Amino acid sequence: MRIHLRRSHAAALLIAPLLVLAACGGDDDGSGGDGDNGQEAPEPSDEPVHLTISHNATRPQIEAVWIEDYVIPEFEALMAEQGREVTVEHIEGGVDDYKTQLALDLSVGEGPDITSFDQFWTAEFAAAGLIEPLRTLVGDQVDEWEGWEQIPDAVVGSLAVDDEPYGLPLGTDGRVIFYRTDLFEDAGLPTDWQPTSWDEILDAARTLQSELPDIIPMQLNAGINMEEATTLQGYIPLLLGAGGDLHVDGMWQGDTPAVRQALEFYDTIYSEGLADTDMQLLTDGRDRSFEAFSQGNLGMLIEGDYLWRGVINPEGNFPLEDREDLVGWALIPAQEPGAGIRGQDFVSASGGTGRVINPNTEHPHEAWELLTFMSSYESQLDYVEREPRITAREDVNEDGIAHDPMLTFVAEEVLPLTWYRPGFEEYPQVSEAIQFMVENVVSGRSDVESAAQEFHSTLEGIVGPDNVAGG
Amino acid sequence: MTNDDGRHRDEAVAPDNTTDDQRQVAPTGEGAVQAAPADQGTVTPEPVRDDAAEVAVISKPAAIGFVAPAIGLIGLFMMFPAVWALYLGFTNYRLTGTAAREPEFVGTDNFTRALDDPLFTSSLWVTLIFVAASGVLGQMGLGFTLAWLFRRWRGWTRRTIEVLVIISWIIPGSVVAFLWRAFLDGSDGTLNAMIPGDVTTEWLLRQPLLAIIIFNIWRGTAFSMLLFDAALNTIPPSHLETAKVSGASAWQTLRDIVLPSVRGHILTTVLLVSMWTFNLFTPFLLTGGGPNFQTEVMAIYVYRVAFGQGQLGFGSAVSAIMLLINLIIALVYFRMLRERRKKA
Repeated sequence: MRIHLRRSHAAALLIAPLLVLAACGGDDDGSGGDGDNGQEAPEPSDEPVHLTISHNATRPQIEAVWIEDYVIPEFEALMAEQGREVTVEHIEGGVDDYKTQLALDLSVGEGPDITSFDQFWTAEFAAAGLIEPLRTLVGDQVDEWEGWEQIPDAVVGSLAVDDEPYGLPLGTDGRVIFYRTDLFEDAGLPTDWQPTSWDEILDAARTLQSELPDIIPMQLNAGINMEEATTLQGYIPLLLGAGGDLHVDGMWQGDTPAVRQALEFYDTIYSEGLADTDMQLLTDGRDRSFEAFSQGNLGMLIEGDYLWRGVINPEGNFPLEDREDLVGWALIPAQEPGAGIRGQDFVSASGGTGRVINPNTEHPHEAWELLTFMSSYESQLDYVEREPRITAREDVNEDGIAHDPMLTFVAEEVLPLTWYRPGFEEYPQVSEAIQFMVENVVSGRSDVESAAQEFHSTLEGIVGPDNVAGG
Repeated sequence: MTNDDGRHRDEAVAPDNTTDDQRQVAPTGEGAVQAAPADQGTVTPEPVRDDAAEVAVISKPAAIGFVAPAIGLIGLFMMFPAVWALYLGFTNYRLTGTAAREPEFVGTDNFTRALDDPLFTSSLWVTLIFVAASGVLGQMGLGFTLAWLFRRWRGWTRRTIEVLVIISWIIPGSVVAFLWRAFLDGSDGTLNAMIPGDVTTEWLLRQPLLAIIIFNIWRGTAFSMLLFDAALNTIPPSHLETAKVSGASAWQTLRDIVLPSVRGHILTTVLLVSMWTFNLFTPFLLTGGGPNFQTEVMAIYVYRVAFGQGQLGFGSAVSAIMLLINLIIALVYFRMLRERRKKA
């Protein structure tokens, strides 16, 4: 018997890794043909309806609190007033690979009825048939929503493919340099600081390094573990500041001078010890950088306004009670004045989030009602009272964030010069190639030249050699 | 069954112990311990075993009938998905994007791409080092040592040791990973606190490979220990006593009596442990494969390309390569097993 036992053990062990992947390949025909929901969306029914909603957040993050404390009770009450029995369940997200999980869920016909969604996933999910245009799912009713008038076209477009909206945008953001004014003061630097070139950032970091040797002068996201943060608030602001871009005139930009200049800057700050490499390579590095900044152990941090509203706000994960007094913010300068993209002196990059309806939902009509309820003026105002942020709705922005100096700064100074990610389905792969390239430089795995060359060939592998410029 | 002759044969060297197995060992029986070399050189004529007699109880069709459901289930839940995954390995199937909806056949592109990828090669090396150091040398070495050292212990001391070792084996992986991260953390980890002086080493960054190797030894030693413990118990005490009387040193006893007796067990353990370790994903929970891929074993590599980057087709191809490597390990093992039996 022993032999037989061993053989079957062996067989099970042998095949295990394949089984996992095979499980993913099962249902690719279920995604394409969801047109049956078509134009004839079901009318509101009298049957009890149960909806599920998921956001990539857990308590005490404000999105989760808001959904549980405001959205669900208010929406259920509203439905009850109309004599309809609708219950809503919040499925907590808050995982690192929310996107992967969502894609897997959708590909097998599962997943929450409404889910939060990052703007830059739209193209690839739509191309895979994992999400569907709102008009396909819900019908003409979509056009009757009052909210469209309040959302700028560019923002609607962030969750659209070929002008067909796939979801409702929630808001946008901007990237700046946050700095600790208390540390700047201790180091003899001006507390009202606005660098106009990369050299001025380096000067300030070097001053912090020599005056306050116990703190980390600055942090610029660089690791693979930082994921999209590395791309959007690390590499991209540098690339744009050197006059580069990701995609120009139909061509992806490979190994260009701007790429190398951005990498040189990374190399300088990490090899001089102006920034802490460990914090980039650890799996929880981003949280560590937040923690260091909130505790006054980190001088400068290039981040989105998420840091301000979601991390160091008094109810955030790393609260800073008197953030108005201790934290300053400055525009990210180009390498030299005028050297940035479009000849700009300063640059920024923006992302955005939204919500989409699951094409597999049994209740597209009710899901749409919930979706628009969450994006209504009243709901969004309630949200920004909990956490001021730049929403997609202009009426809410006017009434909701005027008192917040940081967000007003983003809305007025940053958004006019910002940059959005190209809406191609290949973008996420390009972004990963970027993270890889940058980590190779800061970890010392390769020098600037070979990292840039490797990026170029990786890019050719992703989009095809004919679509890559530079090199 | 036929593969347990080691014990019987070895009893040949202990003539005073010929009780129940006498019929088998009668022909030989020369020599004392010193004369019985480690390679089991004494060829014992194997009595002709009538394998047919064992299955003759049931007819062939009936036997097939009994086995068919099992074969069917294995085919449905193991072979079919495996073949399906192999097929995916020849496509550009992706988690998202156009290739998710309409995957295209790309031939062997995925396989050549994998072999060209320096990260694939490095992950293969990392895996082999990881398997050899943590699985074969670490877990089996330590497991055998523990089983050997405590073989004569009885009562609560032994049970305490066993429980401690087994606990590390049965705690869920995610919990263990959390404990180890807390243990190895740079700023307030237990390890740094135990070292005198103001140490703030980030062990998972400075010694990542060593960290996951030690972690895995700690984690998996129990299995080897239990197996070797059982194996050592199959050695008749008389052999060891004879060795003692003949003046064999501890090392000689180990080399000439113990190891030959448990060779079959060792082979089995090598196979199971190396395959297990080869496919292990747990290091991910400690290091995520980093820093900069230094601990990216193949299971993590597959996870990263298949789920992180959404390249399910490419990931399937790499899985197939992993399967092939496992197959080679298994073949070598069966080969050794057969040779051993032939010799016997």
